[in-house]
Amino acid sequence: MSATEYSIRRATTGEIAGMLIAAAAVMPFLMVAALTDHSGYAFHATLATLASFASVFLIGNRCFRPGQVPAPQEINGKPNYNMGPVKFATVASMFWGIAGFTVGLIIALQLAFPALNLDLPWTSFGRLRPLHTSAVVFAFGGNVLIATSFYVVQRTSRARLAGDLSPWFVVLGYNFFIVIAGTGYLLGITQGKEYAEPEWYADLWLTIVWVTYLLVFLMTLAKRKEPHIYVANWFYLAFILTIAVLHLGNNLAIPVSVLSPKSYIVWSGVQDAMFQWWYGHNAVGFFLTAGFLAIMYYFVPKRANRPVYSYRLSIIHFWALIFLYIWAGPHHLHYTALPDWAQTLGMTFSIMLWMPSWGGMINGLMTLSGAWDKLRTDPVLRMMVVSLAFYGMSTFEGPLMSIKAVNSLSHYTDWTIGHVHSGALGWVAYISFGAIYCLVPWLWNRKELYSLRLVSWHFWISTLGIVFYISAMWVSGILQGLMWRAYTSLGFLEYSFIETVDAMHPFYVIRALGGALFLIGALIMVFNLWMTVKSGTVDVPQADYDHGLVPQLAPAQ
Amino acid sequence: MDTTYQWLASFAQSVGLLYFVGIFVSVCAYAFWPKNRARFEQAAFTPLQED
Amino acid sequence: MSSIDARAPLPRQSRWSKHKIFETNSIILIIGVLLVISIGGLVEIAPLFYLKNTIEKVEGMRPYTPLELAGRGIYVREGCYLCHSQMIRPLRDEIERYGHYSLAAESMYDKPFQWGSKRTGPDLARVGGKYSDEWHSGHLADPRSLVPQSIMPGYPFLARTELAYDDIAAELRANRVGGVPYTDEMIAQAMTDLKAQATPDHPGQSALEARYPKVQARDFDGNPGRISEADALIAYLQVLGTLVDFKLYNDKANIR
Repeated sequence: MSATEYSIRRATTGEIAGMLIAAAAVMPFLMVAALTDHSGYAFHATLATLASFASVFLIGNRCFRPGQVPAPQEINGKPNYNMGPVKFATVASMFWGIAGFTVGLIIALQLAFPALNLDLPWTSFGRLRPLHTSAVVFAFGGNVLIATSFYVVQRTSRARLAGDLSPWFVVLGYNFFIVIAGTGYLLGITQGKEYAEPEWYADLWLTIVWVTYLLVFLMTLAKRKEPHIYVANWFYLAFILTIAVLHLGNNLAIPVSVLSPKSYIVWSGVQDAMFQWWYGHNAVGFFLTAGFLAIMYYFVPKRANRPVYSYRLSIIHFWALIFLYIWAGPHHLHYTALPDWAQTLGMTFSIMLWMPSWGGMINGLMTLSGAWDKLRTDPVLRMMVVSLAFYGMSTFEGPLMSIKAVNSLSHYTDWTIGHVHSGALGWVAYISFGAIYCLVPWLWNRKELYSLRLVSWHFWISTLGIVFYISAMWVSGILQGLMWRAYTSLGFLEYSFIETVDAMHPFYVIRALGGALFLIGALIMVFNLWMTVKSGTVDVPQADYDHGLVPQLAPAQ
Repeated sequence: MDTTYQWLASFAQSVGLLYFVGIFVSVCAYAFWPKNRARFEQAAFTPLQED
Repeated sequence: MSSIDARAPLPRQSRWSKHKIFETNSIILIIGVLLVISIGGLVEIAPLFYLKNTIEKVEGMRPYTPLELAGRGIYVREGCYLCHSQMIRPLRDEIERYGHYSLAAESMYDKPFQWGSKRTGPDLARVGGKYSDEWHSGHLADPRSLVPQSIMPGYPFLARTELAYDDIAAELRANRVGGVPYTDEMIAQAMTDLKAQATPDHPGQSALEARYPKVQARDFDGNPGRISEADALIAYLQVLGTLVDFKLYNDKANIR
């Protein structure tokens, strides 16, 4: 078929079904928008109506486009990889990353200078903090995971992504969920469970998207040309599957009515607390750890051009990690009204978790053995190696803080915030940055990044930012914990609560400075990626378009 | 319901221990089984051998 | 296994052979993952539902009144739990600062629980009755007018915003589906009870008190003319930690 032919082709069954479902959804959404008394909910129903319209249009429009549908599985005997959704998710991840880091900086400044809350509902700390956490974890991190998992599963299976519309449905549907969740927080729509704030209708939508994600991933594995499922895919699969289970368990809620955005969770009190931190800790364990370890197991060997240090260790790492992580939740509830036996279990498993965590870190770091010189010349690899160092640091700190005696001091203080950020900024964001620095030239068929010097600048500025951030939080957290329990010689509490708040001010300023540096680094990255796509040299002629064999960047030469 | 708790605790302490050891031993056996060695080493090269 | 000798080219093997169940069959991999991750969750969560000593036996716990429940909705909506815990740990300094340590029973009707994870501000589990209504409404509108070093956001819009409570009966009903013991009568009278609690000298107050013992019925925000979001939020704050009578509570009988 020539490229200039613009005749309408017959729609596939999937396209017809997609258009019918989207068209059928228009009226119900429109009715909800018209009938509800809640303006925020009406806004979301309107967005859903528009999205349904847009889906009908976008799917229908495909029939006017030249090219074969379904796209061929192979071209000239090579897999015809489906990189469109990967590209979209990569761009989305950088967009949400910048948004999430910016909101983080704003709320850090609000804690130092409370006038910045502006006394308005939609700019106050309580609504912006879920926006920050969801934007960085689910919007930035989630898009990185979708992009890299779709990339890695295709490349290591040597097969095109399963499905025709469904990969796009996953990527666009997930980002639609992000928009609903984020605007909901600002409008005061939340179910009030940390890291699971979206209300019932957003949760239902995410369930549909997530099941499709799991199916696309599984079906791609099923049609692979490789005998072996590479270990990175094990981690991705565990991440997708476990997040589905956690999401369902923690979000079983009863809506007040179809016309109300509000719902009440079926669990109450202590059981709800246990469900929440079973979910919350494993969102860390499977979203922010297993998923990003999958990135490590693909991108570190790829970038270093060496196989992973020990494949056997990676297998033990996998089973030990997923087995132990699921137990660690109760360490968020030490000394609370949760029964002691559950707290003890949580503490024990959290301490054991140190071992597989460091096993994985060592496996990643030692992949560079014999090639350490690359760290000098390749700042992208350096970023990934430093991410592993931060991973090692925060997975040591985590077990330490899960010991009840330590937790009695650290809990409720900024120490927790510092710990989270050494993992989130140092590990999750850095391994993501490394992966995106690799991915963008591969996806857009560029020889190399626009500037490795800018990667170095990004690395050093944001590393300085992380150091400011976590050291400020260590000091403020331990200081506040000690002030709360300080007694005078007469046996009275030495400090009123507000005195301990006042003492935090300088550290909150330093923390905001650290966050600003981290944001500046990320902006440098966006510029660098933009210039790479816009003006980078084309790698190989499109006919031989190949992501892997040609070295993407040869700093040693 | 002290008895329920005690029954549960003793069950967890005996069967649980066996379960943990069992899982660990089988994972290690799987990872270190001599026959698997060659395949794992080949698998390790999967990311590097792309066409 | 070192990565150096692994670099030698390896013979390609036949596609199906023994001992490679996990890495060749994604369905078995899925079942393995599900088995491994479900054990931990089941062991830690399921007993909480049937071990009777998980929730202590106490006197005085009752479901929230409609106005308190609406106020709790504001508390959740504004993300108060992100800076205020509602969980006093059994540590000497916390008990001296905030009062008796929190019991599981005290949050048995909380959907969702609001124990929190961070104390940027103080714990609120027993804030009920500690400050006057006037203090709360002034503090919510402008925290720094009462506590100069406070870093809490101001919420002046709460007193200006009429409370939306058309759905209140449906909200009670949703709670009942989840196990909160609201009676048919409580649900039928939800709207009246809400108005009665927030309106001074409302004729429905004695019926309200019969349904919800220890209820505090009055104008909370200093503006008797209307029921604002501040009315509801302060009614909620004033009930926190006041229901269980610790003079009657036996610590020893509830050791877990």
